[in-house]
Amino acid sequence: MGQLAMENIPRSYLRYTRRKIFIIYLLVLLTALLGIYAINAGSAELSPAQVLLTLLGKAEGRLNIIIWNIRLPRILAAVTAGIGLSVAGCVMQNLLRNPLASPFTLGISQGAAFGAAVAIIALGAGSTHSTSADAVIINNPYLVTISAFVGAMATTLVVLFLAQVRGVTPEAMVLAGVALGSLFSAATIILQFFASDVQVASIVFWTFGDIGRASWRDLEIMAAVTGAALLYFMVNRWNYNALDGGEETAKGLGVDVERIRLTGMFVASLVTAVTVSFLGIIGFIGLVGPHMMRRVLGGDHRFLIPASSVMGGLLLLASDTLARTIVSPVVLPVGAITSFMGAPLFLYLLSRGYGKR
Amino acid sequence: MILSVDGVEFSYNSRPVLRDIKFEVNRGEFFAILGNNGAGKSTLLKCLNTILKPQTGTILIEKENLFVLSRREVARRLGYVAQRYESTRFTVFDAVLLGRKPHIKWGTTARDLEIVRNVLGILGLDEFSLRYLDELSGGELQKVVIARALAQEPRVLLLDEPTSNLDLKNQFEVLKTVKRAVREQNIAAVVVMHDLNLALRFADKFLLLKNRTIFACGGMEVMTPENIAGVYGVPVAVERLANIPVIVPL
Ligand SMILES: Nc1ncnc2c1ncn2[C@@H]1O[C@H](COP(=O)(O)OP(=O)(O)O)[C@@H](O)[C@H]1O
Ligand SMILES: [Mg+2]
Repeated sequence: MGQLAMENIPRSYLRYTRRKIFIIYLLVLLTALLGIYAINAGSAELSPAQVLLTLLGKAEGRLNIIIWNIRLPRILAAVTAGIGLSVAGCVMQNLLRNPLASPFTLGISQGAAFGAAVAIIALGAGSTHSTSADAVIINNPYLVTISAFVGAMATTLVVLFLAQVRGVTPEAMVLAGVALGSLFSAATIILQFFASDVQVASIVFWTFGDIGRASWRDLEIMAAVTGAALLYFMVNRWNYNALDGGEETAKGLGVDVERIRLTGMFVASLVTAVTVSFLGIIGFIGLVGPHMMRRVLGGDHRFLIPASSVMGGLLLLASDTLARTIVSPVVLPVGAITSFMGAPLFLYLLSRGYGKR
Repeated sequence: MILSVDGVEFSYNSRPVLRDIKFEVNRGEFFAILGNNGAGKSTLLKCLNTILKPQTGTILIEKENLFVLSRREVARRLGYVAQRYESTRFTVFDAVLLGRKPHIKWGTTARDLEIVRNVLGILGLDEFSLRYLDELSGGELQKVVIARALAQEPRVLLLDEPTSNLDLKNQFEVLKTVKRAVREQNIAAVVVMHDLNLALRFADKFLLLKNRTIFACGGMEVMTPENIAGVYGVPVAVERLANIPVIVPL
């Protein structure tokens, strides 16, 4: 019997890993189905048949414009941004050994938004207006992204510095993140008062995000950076697994902890910066996605990284579709929806965290 | 000789913790490090694994200078189990598979899985293999981290108080497993121990640390009542019981 049980370990182990892969595929399928639904849903009534014809390139002009220029970029932007924010959160939680870490809770998104606002308003890389249809227009996406990245990295360096200080608890680090986030948000709003117009609509963009803002060109940049980051994170999946067991264990397993932490935070900040540049601040996706998947699949980054990514894409697509349809034709800010989802989880983690330590 | 340490000195910031450390460990040896709490045992073990970098001194592993090797190369030669470790949301199998990390290039091979299965069997962990670490008892978790170090297939095992959470039966099983691995694979184990009687049972050589440096180092002959009393500050007698040496505080 004992012999038999031993023989079976690799087989049951393989079955168990196949189950994880199956769940990831299932999430991909769900995202695709939701994407098709989301193309249909909205103020302009479309039928699935019309959508199919359009995607195959066999439809008349008005449909072409709605689907190719409005719906499709929006859906792809939601999925791409969701992937980027969620995987950034997943890796940050590991690197900082802090379950409360994410681009939003550490203030990195807010830092990026300030950087982007500086480029758009002060450096002339775009313009802001008071109508929600064109609240923020980006003319030079590269300058905006670089400036956002500088803002994100500034926050990240403060976070990394705090992580080095002995005895800083995860909760204290998030408190520092809240302070930094508020500071940058305030700076972003003040900056807008110095701009030519009074831009109420653009304030919404910077604080709650707007996925409908992405053009095909923006989408290409976002997808390229997110894809490269995902690849980098997957290459390092064993390093992250080792780090989960503690810093000394990781070093004992041959991980250059300082280098992995610095480069990982750098890449995660870059993904955050690109997303925030084009879509504004969307909170909590980087917290909810990884935590859901860690519960379901465990902490093994071989599966957690792809699963968190897909889950993030699915969550943001679902949030945006809800934001567009719940009180149609009014479109709610997507960040408001994700906050309703994320804030309760955040409070739960906080209370549980205090109990454990 | 598999490990050779000479003139090692270490300070945390400017507080000296180790000075003038010099000893050698041979193949097939179970080498115990003994001393009071705070004597610097864990610090010494971390220096041996370059987690901490000594300010001066040399450490050679199989005649290679440890300080010129990369982290990964060090990890292929030395397996380290810290005194404290964290329970995570990993299954036992995946946690032990992590021990293969220094050898893995991109993905795990059938050989990696086979090694893990084998180690789990030896330590009697097979029934837990798909259980999450945060659902294990302290003793089970301790066996998992030791299993990980064995799966690493190192030339030298560095274990920091590996039996502190184990019951009597498991203390013996784990130390026997380490001893057998050392003999069969002709490697070495450097083990920080707090139980003197277990050390007497399993170790071939002893290093007694006191006042930041070596008080005595050698085979059974250094485990005299005078030396032990000198290190621990407690008078003891060394007796034989059923032909097994035991240390009794007086
Ligand atoms: N990270 C650290 N920073 C500063 N001092 C330390 C650190 N770790 C340990 N020490 C000090 O170094 C001495 C030796 O510690 P340690 O090697 O853990 O002892 P042992 O394992 O023998 O109980 C102790 O006085 C301890 O307080
Ligand atoms: Mg110790």
